[in-house]
Amino acid sequence: MSIKLNALFSDSYVDISQYRDQHFKGNRYDQEKLLKQSCTLYVGNLSFYTTEEQVHELFSKSGDVKRIIIGLDKVKKTACGFCFVEYYTRADAEHALRFINGTRLDDRIIRTDWDAGFKEGRQFGRGKSGGQVRDEYRQDYDPARGGYGKLVQKT
Amino acid sequence: MSRRRHSDEGDAGSQPHKRRRTSEPIEIEDRLESLICRVGEKSTSSLESNLEGLAGVLEADLPNYKGKILRILCAVARLLPEKLTVYTTLVGLLNARNYNFGGEFVEAMIRQLKETLKSNLYSEALYLVRFLNDLVNCHVIAAPSMVAMFENFVSVTQEEDIPQVRSDWYVYAVLSSLPWVGKELYEKKDVEMDRLFNQIEGYLKYRQKTHVPMLQVWTAEKPHPQEEYLDCLWAQVQKLKKDRWQERHILRPYIAFDSVLCEALQHNLPPFTPPAHSDDAVYPMPHVVFRMFDYTDAPEGPVMPGSHSVERFVIEENLHCIIKSHWRERKTCAAQLLSYPGKNKIPLNYHIVEVIFGELFQLPSPPHIDVMYTALLIELCKLQPGSLPQVLAQATEMMYMRLDTMNTICIDRLINWFSHHLSNFQFRWSWDDWADCLTQDIEKPKPKFVKEVLEKCMRLSYHQRIVDIVPPSFSALIPANPVCSYKYEEETECPLPGLAMATTVSNAIKNRASNEEILIVLKDVPNPNQDDDDDEGDGFNPLKIEVFLQTLLHLAAKSFSHSFSALAKFHEVLKNLTDSDEGKLHILRVLYEFWRNHPQMISVLVDKLIRTQIVDCAAVANWIFSPEMAHDFTRFYVWEILHSTIRKMNKHVQKIQKELDEAKEKLEKQQNKKVEKQIFLTAETLLFKPHIREHKDDMEKNSEDEEGQLEEQIERLQEKVESAQSEQKNLFLVIFQRFIMLLTEHLVRCETSGVDINTTWYKNCIERLQQIFLMHHVIIQQYMGTLENLLFTAELDHHILAVYQQFCALQL
Repeated sequence: MSIKLNALFSDSYVDISQYRDQHFKGNRYDQEKLLKQSCTLYVGNLSFYTTEEQVHELFSKSGDVKRIIIGLDKVKKTACGFCFVEYYTRADAEHALRFINGTRLDDRIIRTDWDAGFKEGRQFGRGKSGGQVRDEYRQDYDPARGGYGKLVQKT
Repeated sequence: MSRRRHSDEGDAGSQPHKRRRTSEPIEIEDRLESLICRVGEKSTSSLESNLEGLAGVLEADLPNYKGKILRILCAVARLLPEKLTVYTTLVGLLNARNYNFGGEFVEAMIRQLKETLKSNLYSEALYLVRFLNDLVNCHVIAAPSMVAMFENFVSVTQEEDIPQVRSDWYVYAVLSSLPWVGKELYEKKDVEMDRLFNQIEGYLKYRQKTHVPMLQVWTAEKPHPQEEYLDCLWAQVQKLKKDRWQERHILRPYIAFDSVLCEALQHNLPPFTPPAHSDDAVYPMPHVVFRMFDYTDAPEGPVMPGSHSVERFVIEENLHCIIKSHWRERKTCAAQLLSYPGKNKIPLNYHIVEVIFGELFQLPSPPHIDVMYTALLIELCKLQPGSLPQVLAQATEMMYMRLDTMNTICIDRLINWFSHHLSNFQFRWSWDDWADCLTQDIEKPKPKFVKEVLEKCMRLSYHQRIVDIVPPSFSALIPANPVCSYKYEEETECPLPGLAMATTVSNAIKNRASNEEILIVLKDVPNPNQDDDDDEGDGFNPLKIEVFLQTLLHLAAKSFSHSFSALAKFHEVLKNLTDSDEGKLHILRVLYEFWRNHPQMISVLVDKLIRTQIVDCAAVANWIFSPEMAHDFTRFYVWEILHSTIRKMNKHVQKIQKELDEAKEKLEKQQNKKVEKQIFLTAETLLFKPHIREHKDDMEKNSEDEEGQLEEQIERLQEKVESAQSEQKNLFLVIFQRFIMLLTEHLVRCETSGVDINTTWYKNCIERLQQIFLMHHVIIQQYMGTLENLLFTAELDHHILAVYQQFCALQL
């Protein structure tokens, strides 16, 4: 049968991004391999107040959700604005990247990306203050993410 | 977007130096593909000059890359129907310059057509037929030979013992090509074409249309009839014929090249016999044309073509094709839709919204996943913020007005779409415009719709948000605050049986008791159903289940994750308590009682209970149809749970079937290897290679062992598949049986009291029955024999039997 015409039917929403987890145990090749077969998504830019229930409702629209792990502040153990969503199949995760990534949850545009797979410890923020790194240095005021960035708060 | 070729047909595993030598042609092939695919897109030069230029380039490349060019052109014919006339013009120009190439292309297309038909790729086959037809306009194919092909297509209607959907497709292929080529064919062969029309008319008059009611989005004929697709197309073609084939919408680049193309020699299509019908042929299902707008709806600007105009057909076809090509990339899809050629002459936004909702509401299922349409509409709103949101609001308003006659399945999808859409726009909506629903009975479609929408909106946000966004007058429609109902909460005047036990269990769990310890604690719970003979106390004990589960759920009520952990931790206890069918049913009852204000929690917990095999699918079905759930029977979440349960059952069967197929493949490979090994171990080898003779016995034994293990595994899997299929069949039997009981009860009651059967409840229930058939038609078709013998017999009330008959008519 005829060829598939790669030029045309691109599916770029589903490609792996440039982000690599610096704490990943293994080399770049290993990480990329896992990313390319993963059924787990990282979800970022959540409000601190967004619940597991809300995440479940939204992400169930692209398929059956196996598990959600809400990201926590390492010190306070409260939600700090990200989570992992694991699907039973990669196809369902792909649909989430195509149709849920870049849309709103709790009035915020959320961002999704492939994740190499949840491991214990990865549910914690890696910023110095306990939350996510991005909340350490940001300059703007975001009431849903603890107000000002930590650096700004300290001054 | 970078497109690095990691492996290519000729390139896999080749040496670096070889790769260098072959990289140039591959680059050229890439370039050719890109040039051909991109022609017709926005450009500084005119389409005509681009086509002229490209034809020149391709002609020059023919000596070296003919095969590749042929393959690319065949592919665009099959995969890019929205650019049909651009490519037929290109082929026309090539044919004018190189007659042989034209002939080879036509041959390749015919081969491709045969392949697509054999592979059940009917929509692609349709595009190929249309392409071939437009090649008549480009002087590549001689009109009489095209008419001959049409005659062969229409003669399929004379075949005996074929499914109606087969002859439907061939008639559709003829009719749907006529907007492009009708004029030309009629000018050359009017007598033959008239004869074809008479045959088609006769066929359409006598074909069965039992399936139509099941596929209509609205049951009302007003304001827009929901026509069966062939009827609609026939009306459109007849109108076109009456207008003497004047068609002004289709973009026809070949007209500009008429002088060149006229000089070209034409090819005759080889005689084409449609491939014979076979049992594994899967023809497209019939569909109903979705219409929600007409010329009165677009206030200013260009007029919307009428429902029986051929322009309407062409526009809708092209928009569907664009979505089909670009659904994976919503930004591209939205941009392509909005740059539809000829958009200035039509109210494009209205067409786009109509086509999108048409797909979303298509029965049995939308062509693509539901959430795609939500994302696409959001992108369209972003690109046309000044106009599209208004059209969308108008559409929503119209659909609200017509809820009374809308199919329940479509209402479900509308609820999901609308709530998700609102959540992206701060839930802004003019709710007051819908105040009319407040005076209606809450079970009526309009208030029910608003209630379900608000419930879904709440799931995407939180309860107080919903209270804030609707006017106070809507308070009756606001969902309940999703809090739990723990029955052992406080000491009351008459303490509940089990209250003391609940406290004990609660403390035990807080003190990290194990499953065994909990079971020991629970042994003391008295059994209200206790038979005197049941000394062991192991029989079904509803109180035990209540005490344990209520307490456990209460301790874990904080979030989904807490509840999932709790169920996992005490899996053993739960398994023990739900050993019997009654136990399984009761655990669902207790769950419902506890979380009745939080349907979302009920759904996810039922899902977990099935996946961890604490309850089985049949138990969930029985629970849904139980008298205790009658109150919630028409609520959306109940049907979401049921369909999710059926899907899990189906996936389970598929999974084991796949394991079985893989094991069988492995055994086959093993056996082939064995034969190879035996050939190797010939007498000659044995004589001259003594060490092999020694190991021969070992090798043989090992392979025998492996084979034995595989055969055992296959036997086990075979049993597993049979048992799973039996469970699946049983699930459908339970569901259908319960439906029949409920509906019959209602019909009998109405008849004896002389009341009209068509209550709101009845419409909902019968459409839910339809939904079971439609959503799972592939699986259900396997069990038709049993269903007909056991359940859908002639004795059944004809209202219920009609649903079954309509379903059967879908693949007649």
